[in-house]
Amino acid sequence: MNGLLVAPIIVPFAAAALSLLGRRRPFFQHVLALTVAAIHLAAGGWLLYRIHHQGIAALHVGAWPAPFGIALVADHLSALMVLITGVVYGAVVVYSRAEISTDDIRRGYYPLLHILVGGISGAFLTGDLFNLYVWFEVMMMASFALLVLGRTRAQLKGGVTYVVINLFATLLFLTGLGLVYGMTGTLNMAHLHLKLRAVADPGQVAAVSMLFLTAFGIKSGLFPLFFWLPASYHTPPVAVSAIFSGLLTKVGVYALIRTFTLLFPFNDNGVQELVLAAAALTMITGVLGAAAQSDIRRILSFHIISQVGYMVLGLGLFTPLALAGAVFYLLHHIVVKANLFLISGLIRERGGSFALKHIGGLYARGLLALLFFIPAFSLAGFPPLSGFWAKMILIRASLDSGQFILAGIAAAVGLLTVYSMTKIWNEAFWKPRPTTETAIVQNHVSVWMTAPIVALVLLTVCIGFWPEPFVQLARTAAEELLDPMAYVYTVVGEMR
Amino acid sequence: METILALLSGTMVAGSVFLMLSKNLVRFIFGLVLASNAVNLLIFAAGRPDTSRPPLIPQGSLQPVAAVANSLPQALILTAIVIGFALLAFIFILFLRAYQQLGTVDTEAMTDSESGNQDLTPAERPRP
Repeated sequence: MNGLLVAPIIVPFAAAALSLLGRRRPFFQHVLALTVAAIHLAAGGWLLYRIHHQGIAALHVGAWPAPFGIALVADHLSALMVLITGVVYGAVVVYSRAEISTDDIRRGYYPLLHILVGGISGAFLTGDLFNLYVWFEVMMMASFALLVLGRTRAQLKGGVTYVVINLFATLLFLTGLGLVYGMTGTLNMAHLHLKLRAVADPGQVAAVSMLFLTAFGIKSGLFPLFFWLPASYHTPPVAVSAIFSGLLTKVGVYALIRTFTLLFPFNDNGVQELVLAAAALTMITGVLGAAAQSDIRRILSFHIISQVGYMVLGLGLFTPLALAGAVFYLLHHIVVKANLFLISGLIRERGGSFALKHIGGLYARGLLALLFFIPAFSLAGFPPLSGFWAKMILIRASLDSGQFILAGIAAAVGLLTVYSMTKIWNEAFWKPRPTTETAIVQNHVSVWMTAPIVALVLLTVCIGFWPEPFVQLARTAAEELLDPMAYVYTVVGEMR
Repeated sequence: METILALLSGTMVAGSVFLMLSKNLVRFIFGLVLASNAVNLLIFAAGRPDTSRPPLIPQGSLQPVAAVANSLPQALILTAIVIGFALLAFIFILFLRAYQQLGTVDTEAMTDSESGNQDLTPAERPRP
């Protein structure tokens, strides 16, 4: 049954190949994408069920035993991330049905989207460091192409920034893994957990861990390495920026969590303090950056950064509760953030623009107002929505560790998030519509666009009112992360 | 051998950083090519390059009789070269399109995507 571990990777790639064959048939591509997203979601659900009931699963690809071959490993964190990827994938595919132009489809939108999701799922499931590098490259390649698919000026400029900094990050990652191989002679992450502890000079290990921190810090938008993100995320079609905002930076966060629990667990060498400081500054700069913006998608982009700060805060505190908070935050954030980007598309349809000064009076659209209100105030952390629980766990964990300043920052950043969300609310919804505007406003928004938003809003409400199962899953994931011996044993077995 | 490789790799990284700090995208690409090759050399150096003996195991034994070069880093480099080549091809095309559309290779002159400006019509575009 472990063979099914490859399903979330293989299914999207097969779909990409099929989709390319039918490049000139948009309808075929839509139907294929919907089917494949459903299969991916089901595979993610099955994976989580199986991991939860039977423990961590490992697949040695090509029957090469670890540490010689590539291993795919699924623990609670991986399975949860794959499942949530499936949720966003599904929502984006449905939304694409209405939003993506036939031109973009002919240019290969769907194959690229499938490859992107395949790469993301691969990064979540792999247990091999070099393989993780390959998945990062696959994912980046697809995201580069998706970002500049429309070939507008803004997309090309944003694309150049995005490509340049991400390629640099990948080179740092490659350097780091080369050095790790030089020190230990293995690239299997479970095996590395044992080998890196035995390296004679801990200074070398700490130096290499900084390369990983920088590389994944760039990918996840950590302070001070986040500038590429708000320069590019507002340029592609809404469906693309939704999947980017939901998943891409979170792959970076996932990689940070994985490397700093499995490969370089914090010991007293200053890395932990650095991570905590970066987390605090990320939260603050992200939220302040958002306050200065007046384009909906740019406000939301800056909020991705401040939210990444919370997740990294959970990693930096490194207690069971804090890591559980980080995992719960990841789940809540991916759903809410992808949804807010999708809603920004709806606001553009109804109001004619993404720029706050050009729109107004949307309160008359009751459903739209409600659909915006729930994820926006969940992001800000209003009880009883999902963001409240996520923030509460992390603040509680900070207080438990005696980090009162960090707890204060986390709470204050939550308040400032309310400010940004209220700004969008006031400008887009309460303010009367500017009379000079002649923008084309759609009076009928396709149900393909509304349906995924409603589904994600319901999921947010669901996490908000019944957080218990999600918190339990996050706690189990955190326990596995803090005590990786079960993971290591499943992968390398007796050879340790 | 390792010392030479380390020095060479370090020199290449220094040169590539100098090139990548330039505002000019063309110089940036050359810096990137240099940097990716420097990283490849670094991985190569991790694989005991002191010997040129091929990693062959004689019939009947389970491991090589003498010290051989580790072939795994070389396989890793090959993969990295292939991936790097694809990325470079993409980045060349991207920069070319950016140059054609924006009329400049100067990164500072390109920043107005951040101000959220609407796209200009083709007639308003500066000629390259």
